[in-house]
Order: sequence, then structure tokens, then C-alpha cells
Amino acid sequence: MNAPVIGQSIKRKEDYRFLTGGGTYTDDVTLPGQTYACFLRSPNAHARLKSINTAKAAAAPGVVAVFTGDDLAKAKVGGLPCGWLITGVTGQPMKEPPHPPLAQGKVRYVGDHVAVVVAETLNQAKDAAELIEVDYEVLPAVVKIADARKPGAPLVHDIAPDNTCYVWALGDKGAVDKAFAAAHHVTSLEFINNRLIPNAIEPRAAVAHYSRADDSYTLYVTSQNPHVERLLLTAFVLGLPEHKVRVISPDVGGGFGSKIYLYAEEAVLTWASKQVNRPIKWTAERSESFLSDAHGRDHLTKAEIALDKNGKFLAMRVATTANMGAYLSTFASCIPTILYATLLAGQYTTPAIYCKVTAVFTNTAPVDAYRGAGRPEATYVVERLVSTAARELGIEEAEIRRRNFITQFPYQTPVALCYDTGNYDATLTEALKLADVAGFETRRRDAEKRGKLRGLGYSTYIEACGLAPSNIAGSLGARAGLYEAGEVRVHPTGTVTVFTGSHSHGQGHETTFAQVVADRLGIPVENVDIVHGDTGRILFGMGTYGSRSIAVGGSAIVKALDKIIAKGRKIAAHMLEAAEPDIEFRDGAFQVMGTDKRKTFGEVAFAAYVPHNYPLDKLEPGLNESAFYDPTNFTYPAGSHICEVEIDSDTGATRVVNFTAVDDFGKVINPMIVEGQVHGGLAQGIGQALLEGCVYDPESGQLLTGTLMDYALPRADDLPSFKVDMKETPCTHNPLGVKGCGEAGAIGAPAAVINAIVDALAPLGVRDVEMPATPERVWRAIQNANAAKKAA
Amino acid sequence: MGITVSMTVNGKAVTADLDPRTLLVQFLRENLLLTGTHVGCDTGQCGACTVHLDGRAVKACNILAAQAEGATVVTIEGISANGELHPMQAAFREHHGLQCGFCTPGMVMNAIDLVQKDPHPPENMIRAEIDGNLCRCTGYHNIVKAIAAGAAAMKR
Repeated sequence: MNAPVIGQSIKRKEDYRFLTGGGTYTDDVTLPGQTYACFLRSPNAHARLKSINTAKAAAAPGVVAVFTGDDLAKAKVGGLPCGWLITGVTGQPMKEPPHPPLAQGKVRYVGDHVAVVVAETLNQAKDAAELIEVDYEVLPAVVKIADARKPGAPLVHDIAPDNTCYVWALGDKGAVDKAFAAAHHVTSLEFINNRLIPNAIEPRAAVAHYSRADDSYTLYVTSQNPHVERLLLTAFVLGLPEHKVRVISPDVGGGFGSKIYLYAEEAVLTWASKQVNRPIKWTAERSESFLSDAHGRDHLTKAEIALDKNGKFLAMRVATTANMGAYLSTFASCIPTILYATLLAGQYTTPAIYCKVTAVFTNTAPVDAYRGAGRPEATYVVERLVSTAARELGIEEAEIRRRNFITQFPYQTPVALCYDTGNYDATLTEALKLADVAGFETRRRDAEKRGKLRGLGYSTYIEACGLAPSNIAGSLGARAGLYEAGEVRVHPTGTVTVFTGSHSHGQGHETTFAQVVADRLGIPVENVDIVHGDTGRILFGMGTYGSRSIAVGGSAIVKALDKIIAKGRKIAAHMLEAAEPDIEFRDGAFQVMGTDKRKTFGEVAFAAYVPHNYPLDKLEPGLNESAFYDPTNFTYPAGSHICEVEIDSDTGATRVVNFTAVDDFGKVINPMIVEGQVHGGLAQGIGQALLEGCVYDPESGQLLTGTLMDYALPRADDLPSFKVDMKETPCTHNPLGVKGCGEAGAIGAPAAVINAIVDALAPLGVRDVEMPATPERVWRAIQNANAAKKAA
Repeated sequence: MGITVSMTVNGKAVTADLDPRTLLVQFLRENLLLTGTHVGCDTGQCGACTVHLDGRAVKACNILAAQAEGATVVTIEGISANGELHPMQAAFREHHGLQCGFCTPGMVMNAIDLVQKDPHPPENMIRAEIDGNLCRCTGYHNIVKAIAAGAAAMKR
């Protein structure tokens, strides 16, 4: 019996190159004859482009070419497409304004792309960009969500009256209104889910190369999904034959959603590389990332929950306005709808839920999926309501949750999803233990003696991962498939290369996927290599987002492995002169059942490539199989997060002193990697709750948090060490029983942190604190509560 | 108008004619093709470009190549030899102190410097000392563990 490889914390195969400086990120790619691009960006949130004079720039030293929106329009370069069509309550399709890669006629946010300079060196490109003369007619801008639909608000796009992209709804409004009318208690809250800037530490970058020799393009790019990038680029923007474009996303330094999308720079570079017949490199400076990477979240929400006298949830009613920014980014439209409203049942049996979502355009950067994407926003709504209701009804936090947990599966929610499995009490019970909730009162009193306020906050979240199946998503407006592809290439000596459509940008697929393969084939992990991120080598792929890699990409690999084993069984039967049904495959060998006659996997692989003793009349030589896997359902990871904060009431400074996460990701392949994913998610979730907030000047639309000095990314001393544990309730509908773990931390944590702050401040009369709960906001909440008490 | 700059990088003497505004990190990445040193920001905040300059950790985006004239520079490519990992690199691997790998070289270079200053750094000191190195993947949990373990291993 071989030692198990599934469930083992095997050290990562990819680490050696990253630790020694041997990774190859896009900006590390340098091609012969390479030029450099600098994008001139709009300094205005909203302006008409009266004229652009590029003459001086074009004549500057080292400049190869300068292009504007007019050049692209003349060349019939299309706009950047949106991949999901949302149909509104009136049956009208969403408004899809054109999104030219370089602005035409108008600029619509600070950072919008006005022109590109291509030069021999980066400094020359930058110097020349400063010589472009743009005559802007500055127009009033609409910046805040709350202002977008006000009468007389400036229009971002003429085709979208009231700046409205769509008004969409989910759920039975009649049933919800009826339940509210008859409820014993109603809790309502209004929230802003703060706008975030993803900030992967590797900035976006691209190197585009056109080869006149074979009329083909190669684009190196920081992408989470190179095949999708190629499809959008060729079919929708540049009109190029897909087989003439190769997209390579080599090592990518973090994505968190922000590298899913097709961005203007990548399209412009690919097109321009043919015009100048030279490779062109562009790498975002961090300030460009702040201005032009798709942002996340940015909801304004009113939410209510109706309860009976025992604290049972009767109904939930939610109205959200979601900011799309100035243009629709690749998946922007489905985030506050398909990935948000459908999650409002949470872990609970709430029988009736209604959610209305109004998506608006503003003169800000496009907003799209960022780690969690819709699900953190939904969890925040549900878990803040639940904790607030518990306090109002005097029911303990754990108790009100337990009274409402779903315990029977499969469970059909009133908001379209059908949960296949889960065990919410198990994760909550474990979290209560691990967080030492029993000892909290003592810790609270100790803190009080030191003049500090302690609070405990809960968040029992659900997420839906591995968005699927394709046909249902299609009926909901998806313009792409949602499967994954994988290919298993067994070499003659029995080592294996796997080509996966998933993409690793930190997740460790080269290790986790190798463990899956090693386990199935009974071969050492060292004998398996995983290749990803290259349309020239991988048959197809939808890429990595929405915690889908192991559940969808891993399952595609398993399907291909099953075909390998099935073929191997046929080969072995021939070699062993036995009937195929008598051959079993285990521990890396094909064996005639009940005998010691066996052929190892390596021997069978060799026979497949040197087919001397081989059933050539019935079977092709070779051992190479591919598969596409289209899931039958989402997966439903879930868990319990408990946050403990300590607040200095004099300054409002809040520290997370303990954070406990007990998650159920189904079967875990590599616990070390999964825990790492949880840690990172928690840091981003705590970051959203305490530190991070994108701020635009409400009048001018200037980005005020445009550097790492103004936008507070969590640093090492902002965070505690985490307590993380797992329960395994295997997914019922994929072959590995896996659910996905990448986003859980970011989904569960924000509500837990704010619930903890409110718990600490509730004795003063504080009911809510807006995210990010900066010291100033917490201090003001305390001051306002004290003032209100005095006045009363 | 170029200037001539000379220094020792990873034990080798190097000389180049440079645009005077060339940053040390640009010189390392673009002239010497030492691409293990990364650029993650433009304000000296992220620390991905951290290298050792005359034995001290510095952010290579924050000084001009010309300021390193005559200096001894060590990058992530120069801390280990013969395919072996430096004890701090090995500790990062052992404790899963890296995910996407982009901040990792700078993080490791700063970690080695901090252990040279204090061979027994407690957790709060590790957290304070790596405040200038941003990681968006790990939540720092395993980086802190790795540095503590790397410090112990460096003593051996």
C-alpha cells in the first residue's frame, strides 16, 4: 500500500524557483528589439476630448509611434466586451455602453486611457507622453453611488438614462412583504460595502509581439485566464483569427480577481505590436494600478430581516445599489446579482427572500470581481442582520444561528441555489471551542481593567464556488462556458505532464494538482509536472476565479486520469493475457484480480509507446487523454469565523486580538496550502473591515487613495496570527469531494470583525460602525454614543 | 548623457554606462538581468525590491544606481550557492511563507537582515520589522513563522 498523498501537507513544488529569484513574471520577459509603452491617462473624471495633438510627442527622441482613440477607430478596433448579460425586471437588457480601449470623444474616469506612446526606452516613452497636448472640456462628474440617480446628475453615458445599467430582482416579493407584515420583530440596517482596490503585489503587465514571418501574435500578460483573454481579444476586440494569437500568462504575482479581465492596455499593445512590427512591453506603475485595475465591492444597501418571537427568520428584504464605475468590466454585471443575491439565504432556513439590485454608472474606475465577489457583500448583509437581531431580541449569537441553521440536505433556497451538503453546527461548535468563547467574559473584564473594550463577533458564512453548470449560467446571461479542461500526457517512461486550463497565481496548483494525479496513478509526486497559463500548450481553459480550480479544474484532470486508467487496463489485459474486467488498478499497478500477475503503471506506459506486445488491432498506441468537466452544481464551502477585538476607547484604535476560522471545504488535498489560502483571505477580509477604503473626491472624482501611502493595505503588525481548523463534509457531485477555499477568508471575516466591534461598543449604545472601521470612525461612534446618552 | 557606474553584485564586479536617473532596481533587473528583485510600487512602500547594500537591507527602488557606486550589492540570486537554499529560504519553503512569490525575494532579504540585527526576534518584533514589506497573499501568518524558524536555523 502506497503512503497517502491526498490530505498531506506536501511542500510546494513551485517554491524553489520563487525563493531563488527564478520565477518568470511578465515584466521579467524581455524580447529582442523590445520597445516600451507609456499610456497617457486622463487627469479628469469626466471631460470631452476637444483635441489631442501628438506631433511633439511623435517627434521626441526614441519615439516609435503614438496612437490615440482615433487611430484605433480607423483600424476598426472594437470595444472591450462584458461577459454577462443581465436582464432587468422590466425584461430590458442591461445598458452596455461602448468601452473603447483608448478613449473616443470623452474620458469618463481619472486614469481613463487617452493615448499610448511607444518608444525605444521606458523613459523616452514617459517623457514623450508628457508632450502630448490634450484639450479637455471638463464636465461635471458623478462620483458617489448615492448621487448617481439623483435628478440632474451628470450622465456618464448618454445611452444610460439616470446612470442606470440595470434594475434586477430575485425572489418572491409578495411572500416577503406578507411575512414582514406579520412578523414579531424586524431588524433593519443600512450599509456601505466599502470600495476596495485589489492590489496584487505584482502590478499588471503585458508584452506583445507580432511576427510578420507567420502573421501571428504572442501576448505575455498577467492574466488569471489566458484562454478567455485570447477569446475576448480576438473575437470581440481585434477581429483576429484565434489560432494566430498565443496568450501566455507565466508566473503571476497574485490576482484576487483583478487579473481576470481583458484590459485596455493588453488590447492596445497587441494591436500596436503589429503597427510598429516590434515587441512592446508595458508594466503598470503602482499608481496606474490604483487608477485602472478593476476595483471591488462598492454597494449601498438597505437590508431587513423579519423574525418570529423565537428568533426564527421569516423573511429577508434587501435593496442594493451597486457601482459599476464608468464602463462595464468583463464580469462586472454578474457580481452584484448572480453572485450576490443568490447567497442571501446564508446558512439559514429563511423561507422568503427578496433582493432588488440597481447597478449604476459613475465617473470612477470600473468595478468587478475582487476576492469573494458578491459573496462577501451578501455575507456582510446576512451576518450583520443576524447579529443585530440577536442583540435586539436578547438571544445569544450562537443560539440564534443554531435555531435557523439548515440541517437537511439537499436544500433548495428561495434564492435559486440548491445546497448539496453541509454541516454548519459542526464548524460553529468547533469554532466556539477553538476561540475559547467560554473564557471571553474573563478576557473582557481583564481588558476593562486596562481601560480597553473587548468584543466578540461571529460570522457563519456560505459561499458558492465553481460557478456552474454552463447551460444554467447561459440561461442567466453568461456569455461563456463555465467548464474546465485538462490533459494528462503520460510519457513512455511513466512520468506525467498535466496541462490544465486552471491558472495558479499563488494557489500552488503545481503541488495540489500533482498530488491528485500521484494519488490516482500511484506514482510519486515528483513524477508529475503541472503546466498552466499558455494557450499554445494547453488545449483550452476558463482559468482561475471564484475558488473554482480544484473543484472544476481538478475534476477535469480526474476525468482525464480515469480515461488513462481505462486505457491502461486494456493494455494491461493484453500484456497479462487476462480479460479486461479481471484487471484492477491500485497502488500504481494493473493486476489480475486474485493473482500476483501485475504490470506497473510505468510498464504499461512504455508498452503504449513501444507497442510490440500490444492490441494494435483494437487500440491506438500512446497514453494521452484530455477531458472537459462541466459541473452539475456549484460547490458550497461554509464555515464559522469568530473575531475578538480590543478597542482603545480614547483613540478608537482597534486591534484584532484573536481570529478563529473553522471552515468546511469538503475534501482537503493539501492542508498546508489550504490554511495558507484561508490566512490570505482573512487578511483581506480584516483589511476591508478595518483598513482599506477607496476614496474618490466626491466633486472632482480624483482618486484620493491613489498610493500605498494613502490606501491602507494590511501590514504584518496590523494582523494577529490566526487560529484555523477544518471540517470535511465532502461535496457530493464532483469526483474529489472538494469545494474550494480561495475566497472563504475574505467572505467571512468582514462581518465577524464589525460584529466584534459593535459587540464591544454596544454597552455604550453603538449599533453600527461603517467599514473600514478606522480609529477615527470608531472614536466618533463612541463620542456620538456618549453624547446621545448625555442628551437623553 | 550617461554616467559610468561600478559596483560589486553577487560577488562579481560590474560596470555600466547609465542614464543618471536609473534606479538601482532598474540597473539590477534590466542591465544585469537579475529579475529576482521585483518592483511592486512606485512609492517605496512594498519592499519587493529589497536587496542588501553593503550588508544592509535597502529598497532598491529608492536609490539611484549611481548612489551604489563602489558598493557591494547582494540580491536574492546571490544568497545561496550550488543549488542549496539559504536557511531563511528553506524556512520559507518549510513553513509555506510564500504563495505567488512576488514579494518573497524582498521579504527574504529583509528577514536575513533582521536576523543579523537580532538573532532571536520575537513575533512582535518580526511583525514590526517586516512592516515595510507588503504581502497580499499570505496574511503574514506563515511568513512570521518562517522568519522565526529561519532565525533559529541561521544560528546553527
